[in-house]
Amino acid sequence: MKNLSLKELNLGLSSKKFSSEELTKFFLNEIKISNPKINAFITVDEEKSLQQARDADKRISQNNINELTGIPIAQKDIFCAKGWKTTCGSKMLDNFYSPYDSKVIELFNQSGAVNLGKTNMDEFAMGSSNETSYYGEVRNPWNLDYVPGGSSGGSAAAVASGMAPASTATDTGGSIRQPSSLCGLTGLKPTYGLVSRFGMIAFASSLDQAGPIAKSAEDCALMLKVMAAHDTRDSTSIKQNIPDYQKSLDHPIKGKTIGLPKEFFNDDLNQEVKIVLEQVIDSYQKMGVNFKEISLANSHLSIPVYYVIAPAEASSNLSRYDGVKFGYRAKEFKDLEEMYLKTREQGFGEEVKRRILVGTYVLSAGYYDAYYLKAQKIRRLIAHDFKNAFKECDLILAPSCPSTAFKIGDKTEDPVSMYMQDMYTISTNLAGLPAISSPAGFINKMPVGFQLIGNYFDEATILNFTHQYQQITDWHQKTPGTDI
Amino acid sequence: MALTDKDIKKLSHLAKINIDSKDEEIVLSKLEGIIKLIDSMQKVNTVNIDPMSHALDITQPLREDVVTEKNQKNDFLKLGPESNEDHFIVPRVVE
Repeated sequence: MKNLSLKELNLGLSSKKFSSEELTKFFLNEIKISNPKINAFITVDEEKSLQQARDADKRISQNNINELTGIPIAQKDIFCAKGWKTTCGSKMLDNFYSPYDSKVIELFNQSGAVNLGKTNMDEFAMGSSNETSYYGEVRNPWNLDYVPGGSSGGSAAAVASGMAPASTATDTGGSIRQPSSLCGLTGLKPTYGLVSRFGMIAFASSLDQAGPIAKSAEDCALMLKVMAAHDTRDSTSIKQNIPDYQKSLDHPIKGKTIGLPKEFFNDDLNQEVKIVLEQVIDSYQKMGVNFKEISLANSHLSIPVYYVIAPAEASSNLSRYDGVKFGYRAKEFKDLEEMYLKTREQGFGEEVKRRILVGTYVLSAGYYDAYYLKAQKIRRLIAHDFKNAFKECDLILAPSCPSTAFKIGDKTEDPVSMYMQDMYTISTNLAGLPAISSPAGFINKMPVGFQLIGNYFDEATILNFTHQYQQITDWHQKTPGTDI
Repeated sequence: MALTDKDIKKLSHLAKINIDSKDEEIVLSKLEGIIKLIDSMQKVNTVNIDPMSHALDITQPLREDVVTEKNQKNDFLKLGPESNEDHFIVPRVVE
């Protein structure tokens, strides 16, 4: 069961080869074996999961089955799930049991999927290594001395280690694609507005977007089918016809054009990553795909722009954690002001506090125009570059990350060096575009991915191209411990 | 631009995050690193460019002003660190 695809699991369940209860017990046991060394899960609730599995078995016995019915899915601990402890990786929410379901959880419940547990993550999704979690760092299943990436490091490590068939994740600046690349998985960040943010704990609201991390493009297509839906409770949710992502996986790609941004393929690109990307290009060329150089002239500004906009929005979103309505409250204080100051000093970790302070700074009187407004203007220039690029190509190919996974502790002392992890992913969040990371090979026995960026709401084409690549390569089928 | 101790105290006050005086120096040096990073935007010409606050440039949808959720007062009050049957309790603010 450990390495079966979602489609194979669905087939096993519908043909009664195994029940959802058996399947769920299998993965709960895998968690018991592997989680103590990987730390991918913050919360596991066997009774809740098994109850959902038994309910799914009832549905299956009545032939009321769809793609994910009875399949255990790991949920990033950023999604509120009724009755489940929902921490967002923070001490601030260590005592928070959500009174309601996020839209994403609601959709998985409706489809009959089983919530396998809540996965570890960087605190409030702020980080690229899963080292900022209050619940301890997550370890990369490919080498336990290395980070799994972040912020969805727990989601990626859970799937890569075989503790879960697939997981949900979120991506504000690369938090789906970077851990997918570092753990040898396929991870899709959809177009901003395709998946509802209702009940998904907010970091930077104009950038946050949920999506799947799974073992293949096909599995991502099945997950996205469940996750994508219009929701009136999220005012930025877009009403959109949801195409049949699975159906388009086999569309021919011959004669289509992929753009190569010259700004990403310059001398700064890691030589080993470059060699891997050249092999990806070669594979697509063999399938009859054309390549064309394009320009994303302002992409080098993505990191500075992001580190104004994201902290600004975070400082506003995280003002709700004040020790009054829910979450942590400091034990000792002399008045209300001191209660706020100490609650937030003790409840938040270093990186979260740092970003709130940066956000407060760029929004404060005298600096708003110079930083926040300036960043929003450059954001438009970055989005405009993509608009022009898509006049010349169907998709854009890019590195997912500057390198493979780095060692735990290597970048924790220098926040700016950590921020550089997202140099190839952030621009798509600023523009709101969909993008995927797919496994493309190994460097020194650690996985490395490539990125395909699509036009707005063109997830079907991204999944189609990725699936076609995965038909002629087997990088996505490699698992830790196998010979690579 | 260089930050001062005074700036850190002001940010701590605005963000409502206490910063221990022994940590001020390290907080300051790490914030300066980030501000140096974001200052690289300043040389870009953005004359006549409209700011972009939403990835798809859409406007907020409107809906009828009707109640859509049931009253969940008790569920939410229960989450507070200190509450009674109608209120969240905070330290006294009016003498």
